[in-house]
Amino acid sequence: MGATHLPATEFDGIEMDDRLEAEAEAQLGDPAGPMVQLLGPDGTPGADPVFSEYAERLDAEKLRGFYADMAAIRRFDQEATALQRQGQLALWVPLTGQEAAQIGSGRASQPQDYIFPTYREHGVALTRNVDLAELLRQFRGVSNGGWNPKDTNFHLYTLVLAAQTPHAVGYAMGIQRDQKLAAAAAAADQTPEPKAAVLVYFGDGASSEGDVHESMVFASSYNAPVVFFCQNNHWAISVPTSVQTRIPLSNRAKGYGFPGIRVDGNDVIAVHAVTEWALEHAREGKGPVLIEAFTYRVGAHTTADDPTKYRESAEEARWRAKDPLERLEKYLRAEGLADDAFFEQVRTAGDELAAYVRKTTYDLETPDIRTAFANTYVEAHPLVAEELAWFEEYSAGFADEAKADQAISDGTAHP
Amino acid sequence: MTTMTIAKAINEGLRATLSNNPRSLLMGEDIGPLGGVYRVTDGLIAEFGADRVVDTPLAESGIIGTAIGLALRGYQPVCEIQFDGFVFPGFNQITTQLAKMHSRSNGNLTVPVVIRIPYGGGIGSIEHHSESPEALFAHTAGLRIITPSNPHDAYWMIQQAVDCQDPVIVFEPKRRYWLKGEVDTASPGTAADPFKAHVLREGTDATVVVYGPLVPVALAAANAAAEDGHSVEVIDLRSISPIDFDTVTESVKKTGRLIVAHEAPTFGGIGGEIAARVSERAFHSLEAPVIRVGGFHMPYPVAKVEEDYLPDIDRILEALDRALAY
Repeated sequence: MGATHLPATEFDGIEMDDRLEAEAEAQLGDPAGPMVQLLGPDGTPGADPVFSEYAERLDAEKLRGFYADMAAIRRFDQEATALQRQGQLALWVPLTGQEAAQIGSGRASQPQDYIFPTYREHGVALTRNVDLAELLRQFRGVSNGGWNPKDTNFHLYTLVLAAQTPHAVGYAMGIQRDQKLAAAAAAADQTPEPKAAVLVYFGDGASSEGDVHESMVFASSYNAPVVFFCQNNHWAISVPTSVQTRIPLSNRAKGYGFPGIRVDGNDVIAVHAVTEWALEHAREGKGPVLIEAFTYRVGAHTTADDPTKYRESAEEARWRAKDPLERLEKYLRAEGLADDAFFEQVRTAGDELAAYVRKTTYDLETPDIRTAFANTYVEAHPLVAEELAWFEEYSAGFADEAKADQAISDGTAHP
Repeated sequence: MTTMTIAKAINEGLRATLSNNPRSLLMGEDIGPLGGVYRVTDGLIAEFGADRVVDTPLAESGIIGTAIGLALRGYQPVCEIQFDGFVFPGFNQITTQLAKMHSRSNGNLTVPVVIRIPYGGGIGSIEHHSESPEALFAHTAGLRIITPSNPHDAYWMIQQAVDCQDPVIVFEPKRRYWLKGEVDTASPGTAADPFKAHVLREGTDATVVVYGPLVPVALAAANAAAEDGHSVEVIDLRSISPIDFDTVTESVKKTGRLIVAHEAPTFGGIGGEIAARVSERAFHSLEAPVIRVGGFHMPYPVAKVEEDYLPDIDRILEALDRALAY
């Protein structure tokens, strides 16, 4: 019974001797399978019997694109953090360290797939062409959802942990029904819609929520085309993953009866390969898949958090050594797929993005509360109408007062 | 016109919805071959298949949550919650997700989900099977809440709930499921607007506002009061959110006295909201304080004493006496 049964990183920071592990195995059954890794921290390519084939489909341009995306979103993250520190955003949720997990999985999706994020998937948003300035609306306090999900098939951020997971399964159940209707339409000589799947994100912390369990039960029962993408970033604010689970999260899929895969979440090539496989699996009607991307939140949970209170800087340093951008840069340079000019161009593009985001943040328009009255219900509602009418009358009173004050200061009226 | 029970009327209303609206579907626990614990969905799975009448895992949050996802994909799910007291595992999905989706998407997304909840007591059942949690949902903006009291309303209101683009909770008075009445399946007639209150009996001395299971109780109380020479107007509220305050206020301006009765506890209940609004709208017409009749501030009691808890004819008459004493 050696520690090799579990990935060495599983219990980082926790002393685990063989006896404890043997006890754990006795209780939990089979140990975890190995973590899929196709690009090591030092930039050395790896191999996998299933997923190497997917990696081989990636040409130089795609790989350079992955790097450019990861660099762009990291630069965006820095800019948004700065904007929060300067009081321009109420809060920011940094993603640094998770770029490969997000860009790799997002780039594996097709336009017809629908994606349900948590609130940290800025990298996935980038891959779905969400305007990153719109993404900041929520954090600026001018919208509770700054983009129209119908434009990008990228749903609004959901802040109630795991509440989006059953939505994803329901959406996938809708796709199943649509595909039956499409099949009937195809029989009538109409072009069928491309097959679609749903990709839903959550974290190691949210994995403890009951909604994740219920979602997986529903997904399994109805064989729904949904891929559960868990970013295990090791910390739920201040609580480590070991409090949420004593087994690799990917193993939980076994209990529901569908495949669970642990992938190196800092390896963009492996994440892309595994997600592409999983989405194909789902689109082909073979049912749900759970992916656990093993990664690390290098920064704070949000800008309101202080990681020095609950974790050692040595741990952060260990994970910085596995940085997703650095390892891809090493690989691209070693293989001669990118040169200095490319990396310089990426840096320039990042600065341009940051400047754009900064400018558009300042310009984000504050909405009128009348839009909140208008959007509470779809159909006419007498209480909303009554309260709006009162508000208009009340506001008009202030307008009259302001007009009178103005007239006094203009000297056209006396107090 | 056909005579049927409320349960059958909802069944027929759902059948009509499934026939007319290909994007509608039913979801819930035991709603398939069993036809639901109250047999409201009896026979529908045989007629429409398991993709349209979906027996779900036993997980209320999952039922509501997946219904939201189906609605986002363009479907119109009708969820059955087995009993009032079992809706709470789905409370988070209803209040933080379903109610807010349209608003937080700036009007871009609609989630026309219907949730059917059999509610109320008087059936001699065990814990969690007799509650009236409507006020908890009425307090949440974004939801609409309706409750039929007779078969004709039941037949049309369930269909109107599905047609509505907002999420709608239909509270079904379970002890009246077997109440029979005439249903006009050809035309809704007076039931054309599910959010409008109905004056069921006209009167001049006092108004009694009720909804759902207490409607027959209020009508019987009005009959008894008539024998004592008091003319009581009875209003079936029908919609709990929004509330048709125009109909209620108009009545109170005529009668000068208002009693609101519901099975739910009076504290923080719908009756308090009606009392407050009516005092604002018809203060000078009121001859007496608005009197609430309802459940006590306690968990719903055991079945053997529920008669002492539930508002009945005498409790409404006692409130009427107090109102008339002013």
